Amino acid sequence: MSNEEEKKQPDPPPDRAADAEAGAVEGTVAKLETVAAEAVAAEAAPIQPAAKIEELALVRAAYEHPLPIRITHWVNAISLFVLVTSGLRIFRAFPSFGPKIPEKVLLDIPKSLTLGGWLGGALQWHFTFMWLFAVSGVVYVVYQIVSGHYRTMLFTPRDIPGVWPMARHYFFFGPKPPATGQYNPLQKLAYTSAILFGALALLTGIVLYKPAQFSWLAFLFGGFHLTRVWHFAAMCGFLAFIPGHLIMVVLHGWANFYSMLSGWKREPEYQE
Amino acid sequence: MITRLEDKELKRQSRRQLLKLAPVAALGVFAFPRVSDRLVAAGVRFSDWASGALFRSRHPAQTFSNSDVVPFAKFPYNGYDVLDPEVDFEKWTLTVEGDVQHPGEYTLAQIQGLPKLNQNTRHVCVEGWDVVGAFGGTPISNFLALVGANTGARFLEVECADDYYESIDMASALHPQSLLCYEMYGQPLDRGHGAPLRLQMPTKLGYKQAKYLDTIRITNVLKPGKTGYWEDQGYSWFGGL
Repeated sequence: MSNEEEKKQPDPPPDRAADAEAGAVEGTVAKLETVAAEAVAAEAAPIQPAAKIEELALVRAAYEHPLPIRITHWVNAISLFVLVTSGLRIFRAFPSFGPKIPEKVLLDIPKSLTLGGWLGGALQWHFTFMWLFAVSGVVYVVYQIVSGHYRTMLFTPRDIPGVWPMARHYFFFGPKPPATGQYNPLQKLAYTSAILFGALALLTGIVLYKPAQFSWLAFLFGGFHLTRVWHFAAMCGFLAFIPGHLIMVVLHGWANFYSMLSGWKREPEYQE
Repeated sequence: MITRLEDKELKRQSRRQLLKLAPVAALGVFAFPRVSDRLVAAGVRFSDWASGALFRSRHPAQTFSNSDVVPFAKFPYNGYDVLDPEVDFEKWTLTVEGDVQHPGEYTLAQIQGLPKLNQNTRHVCVEGWDVVGAFGGTPISNFLALVGANTGARFLEVECADDYYESIDMASALHPQSLLCYEMYGQPLDRGHGAPLRLQMPTKLGYKQAKYLDTIRITNVLKPGKTGYWEDQGYSWFGGL
């Protein structure tokens, strides 16, 4: 019975069982009930569970982000920062999607926003962090699928009706729709889009890195030229996602931010 | 899934989970330029190793019809220093050294006597632009056979009349589309594009395709800091497409 109860904790510390054996009263309701039940069964001196529960201030909390999600989130965040800033430096070398002759400068990106110092340096950063981003991204997606955790964040057609009320709340001071799950429909849309931007960035990146070896993939994206455009578009997608994401994190406060570090969220705003 | 637990327990679990994330902080070493310089150089070496492993020695790069080729006037001249190192065509010979049976001097006529290949292929610059051009020459593999090169050796090094230098892996050198190029657009190579002889390899980036060839050397060892003009400053050595 004790073991079954403990399974409900997503990540039980290894010494929990030992604690329970020692009869420590501290802990969760589950633990208290276990202790109480054992006491009753043994007809020993009565412990009053009700009184104990009142004494202990219990906190509502949810283990929102399993360790693989947190690790890949932060590796991806760092990789993206490096890939975008070094990518902009690479783009500076030929800031156009047209021909070399005549070259039309599409965007003059300030050097201060870029990483690597010169084209060769930026390429070194790009060619290093592309591996981190790829591995971390693949681990993230595989973990989401295998663990079933994706159900909390994947945008599905059922979420469509909820997008507008949420957008109205965020951008036009509309009423706040009730929170139904860990993420609202707008969040699901944003996170799912970010994954698609990542997939696009990775696949187009493979083509730009090895267009001759992956000629079939280049063909799928409409050739080498268009692939460069798609690769840039994927970055634009991230540049649209990231500021919104960061603003929301700031607005929702420390407990929300801390949950991506510790996994646990104190007093989540949703029920269930 | 919401659970209820004691404040102390929540804090303990949070702390425990936070500590498990600590290894990610190791990426912070990239903030120190002295360390990051070495790490990103190692990252490029790893990428080069993976590129070599991925390289399919018989897989052709895309070729194009004559109508897809950009006009000659729109094929950029690109050089690291001078576009005309004033090669004396009358006296020019290609010096062949290293792991070959017949080292010595070879004339352009000897190279032009080898089976010729014309190809319309994409020239991709590391900067991001590309042009489809028309090239003519003899596959490097033909020339290596002529000079009796040991194709089991690892590298082909070249030195150029303008002090540019390059080295490429043997697998790429032996690729059927890798040329000793002496023609563009059906005309003899002009000085700006590397006359009288250059490398032309549609499976390599532009900076690997050295112009104004002077010396070819077959070797198993590259001198550190002497692997290629741009590579020695940080570009990827493999530079493959």
